[in-house]
Order: sequence, then C-alpha cells, then structure tokens
Amino acid sequence: MRQDRGRLVATLAATFNDFTLAEDALQDALSIALEKWGNGRVPENPTAWLYQVAKRRALDVVRRSKNLNSKIPDIQIVMDEREQSEEYEVGDHRLRLMYTCCHPALDPEVQIALTLYTVGGLRISEIAKAFLVKTRTMAARITRAKHKIQKAGIPFALPDEAERTERLVVILQVIYLIYNEGHAATEGQNQLRLDLCEEALFLAHMVLELSPNEPEVMGLIALIQFSHARRAARSGAQKQYLPMAEHDRALWDHEMIRDAHNLLTKAMQQARIGPYQVQAAIHGLHCDTEAGEAPDWPQISGLYSVLLRLEDSPVVRLNYAVAVSFAQSPEIALGIIAPVAAELEFYQPYYVALADISRRAGQMNNAITAYDRAIEFSGVTGEKEFLLEQRQRCYVS
Amino acid sequence: MKYLALIYGDPAAEPQYGTDEFGAMMAGYEAASATYASEGAFVAGEALQGVETATSVRIRGDKVTISDGPFAETKEHLGGFYLLECDDLDTAIRYAKLIPSAKYGTVEVRPVMTFDGE
Repeated sequence: MRQDRGRLVATLAATFNDFTLAEDALQDALSIALEKWGNGRVPENPTAWLYQVAKRRALDVVRRSKNLNSKIPDIQIVMDEREQSEEYEVGDHRLRLMYTCCHPALDPEVQIALTLYTVGGLRISEIAKAFLVKTRTMAARITRAKHKIQKAGIPFALPDEAERTERLVVILQVIYLIYNEGHAATEGQNQLRLDLCEEALFLAHMVLELSPNEPEVMGLIALIQFSHARRAARSGAQKQYLPMAEHDRALWDHEMIRDAHNLLTKAMQQARIGPYQVQAAIHGLHCDTEAGEAPDWPQISGLYSVLLRLEDSPVVRLNYAVAVSFAQSPEIALGIIAPVAAELEFYQPYYVALADISRRAGQMNNAITAYDRAIEFSGVTGEKEFLLEQRQRCYVS
Repeated sequence: MKYLALIYGDPAAEPQYGTDEFGAMMAGYEAASATYASEGAFVAGEALQGVETATSVRIRGDKVTISDGPFAETKEHLGGFYLLECDDLDTAIRYAKLIPSAKYGTVEVRPVMTFDGE
C-alpha cells in the first residue's frame, strides 16, 4: 500500500495537473480509509478504492474553486479517458512526479526528502532517520516544500532534455536512496523491503528509457541489479544475517547479474566514467567471487580509490578502508578511517567495519567497543545476532 | 499566474555606459522585452534610478521616519523589474534567463499573490 502511494499521487497529479491538489486529496482519502477500514472492512482492491475516493475529493475541490468554468471541461474529458484505461497503474506519471519533486527551485536536500516521501512512499520518520534529523523537523521541511510547489507554480511536468540532464544527479541519488532504504530497511524487522527495491529498479529503468545514452543511469541500474541479485542469499534459514562469503551462490539471481554485467559494459564503452559505474564495477567483482573465495581485493581497493577521486565522502573513504584492510593490512585501513571518524559518528556501518578491522588488527578492546555501538545502532534483528556472535569471537582469540 | 522578476545587481560589477559590453546588455534587454511582448507575457517592466536616489519611509507608532538610502545596505540592489504573465514557474524561469543582468547579478522570481474573489 505504501508503495502505491507514489503511483496514486502521480496519477492524480497527472489527471488534475496539480501536485498539491493530488497530495491533499490522497491525504483526505487516507483519513477516510483509516476510519472505514478500521473494523476490518478493507475493500478488495484498496488502491483502486483510494484512487476513486481521492479523485472525487480532488474534483470537489476543483468544482468549488474559482476556476470552475475554465477547468472542468478538460478535466472531465481527461478523467473519462482514464476511467477507461485504468491508468493509475501507468508509470510515467511517477517519473513526472519525481522530476517535479527534484525541481531546482526547491532546496536540494528537500528535493530528495520530498521524492522519497511522495514517490518512494517512505514514512517521514524513515526519511528523518536517513537525514539524521528529528521527525518533526523533516515534517516541517516537507510541508514547506509542498507549499512552495503550489505557491510558486512549479509545474507537474517532464522538463526538456537539457533540464533533465541537469536534474539527473539528484534523480539518480533519489533512486539509489530508495533502493538503499529498501535494502537496509531502517525501521523494519526484515533486512529487505522488496517493494522499495523493485520500485527503485523500475524508476531507474524509466529514467533510462527517457535518457537512453546516459552511462551513469546504466551504471546505477547495474549497481542496483548486482546488489539486488544477492537478496535471497543475504539471510540464512533462521533469518539470520549472512556475510557475502557465506552466501549460497545457488540463491543468487544469476540472470540479473548477467544483465548487470552487460549493461555496465555498455555504459563503460561510452568512456564517461562516473561514481555509479565505478560502484557497479565493485559490486560486479563481488558477484564474480565464488563461495569461500576471497574477492579481488586489490582491484576493489583500486576502484575505491578511483571513486574517492570522483566523490570524496566519509562513507566512500570507509569502504575504501575496508578494501585496503584486506588488500594490504588492517593497520593501514585504520589509518585511513581515523581522519573521518567524527563525521561517521552516527553511521551504523562505520562501527560494523571498525569492529571487524580492529579485531583483525588484534585490537580487541577497540573491537568490542565498536561492536557495542554497532549492536546498539542496528535496527535490524538478524544483523544484531550476527554482530553479537562476532563480538564473542574477540574474547575467544 | 503573474510573476515579478526582481533584478538585483551591483552597479560596479555591471558593464559601464559607453562600452561595447554595455551596448550588448541593452540589446539583450530590448530582445527580452520583445520576446515577452510577442509571447503575450509582458505586463510591466521598468528600470529604477540608482540606489543613491532611494528614500526609505518607516512608521513606528505615530512616528514617521524618513531616511536617506535603501531598505538594506547591500552590495547588490534592486535595479529594475518585470511583471510577467506565465503559465508556471518553469516559464517564469525561462523568461528570467533572458534578463541580461542575470549574468552579473541575481534575478529573483516571485509569484504574485492572488486573492480569492479577484
């Protein structure tokens, strides 16, 4: 249902050519649904139900508005057409919605948050977590952005090609965040939220359709595919978290991995390298590793150093350090992490990596402290147990 | 919708009168105005005298204060404006890009508020 949110808003916004109206109408429909469905009377097709109710609400608002005479006729025509084609499943409206939310007249940070909210259907609390701010703060930001869209007259439209290229960086970032949210599932009990992962892949493919020659779009799709192909192998029979070395390769989606390799090759042929292509190449190397074998760490650390040149962020530096800890030594890796430690203070994977590298460097006390933080910040059950086990190993050796 | 394009700039950073660049800038303004007119967007547009001619008026309680100078002492000041009729913000931005001073200063685009019953 949450994933349908993006579809519903997009379709309503396309019907009425008004993003704010669509948002408000859906909000109303959701409140009505809460009331009506509370006693277990959920309709057979909740999405269709919500769409109908929201559409009626929106139409009421338009009827009441002063533009009564000018707008009604075209809306009626548009709606009759949609009625026949069940169009609320059609995807390209979501693309329009995404480009609207990523309009440069909005603050860059809120562009991403707003897209995660409207297109990705994420909860405000989840988005707040991703941005390391309070839920209330994020709610206020999103409200302000919705206001600006309405008051400033930001159109619900696909921009022209030049403008699309300008917005591409943000669009790709948003899609990757949607995927990551699905992959990490900040709030959920399970490691994966397949709905979000599939949504991210779907959106990325639509962007590629629109800009078929952008190597970074291909790079992003390949990156997501390489990662998504391993989804079934990430947790064991008891839902416990499994590191990649212990994955059952038979559970990997080899067809998806093949697709990703092909797409990445096609992207690389354009000789316009970018961060997504490099990250995809790294994931590709991981996917080429057999069970029990070590990945090609020297090449992976080389790719991370390329990525660092393209995009020097604390998180990239952390990943580079992990690769170096295997390719060279844990001690060298600890030296790479140290300067960015403060910036990663609230980043849970930092403690996971720090703990593991410290343990391999024989610094057991540091490792235990880091495991404690990693366990404390982990929102995912399976991972917690895995980390507890790892922590135990510090005492044994 | 109507949009006001407020043209801010630092006169020292703009082309000086008599130079080729100044001529190009003025030609740019003429071209912009012509485009607005031919596309039916032009509502109004003026250039303002320099900020040294500005007078500020404030009333606090019963006390009226008239002072020399602009509202805010900044390097970039308001030098002119266009009032344009546009479908949406994207159109307004497209028009704002035609204003030559965007190259030297900043063009701020603001939708004009409409009141119900207008």
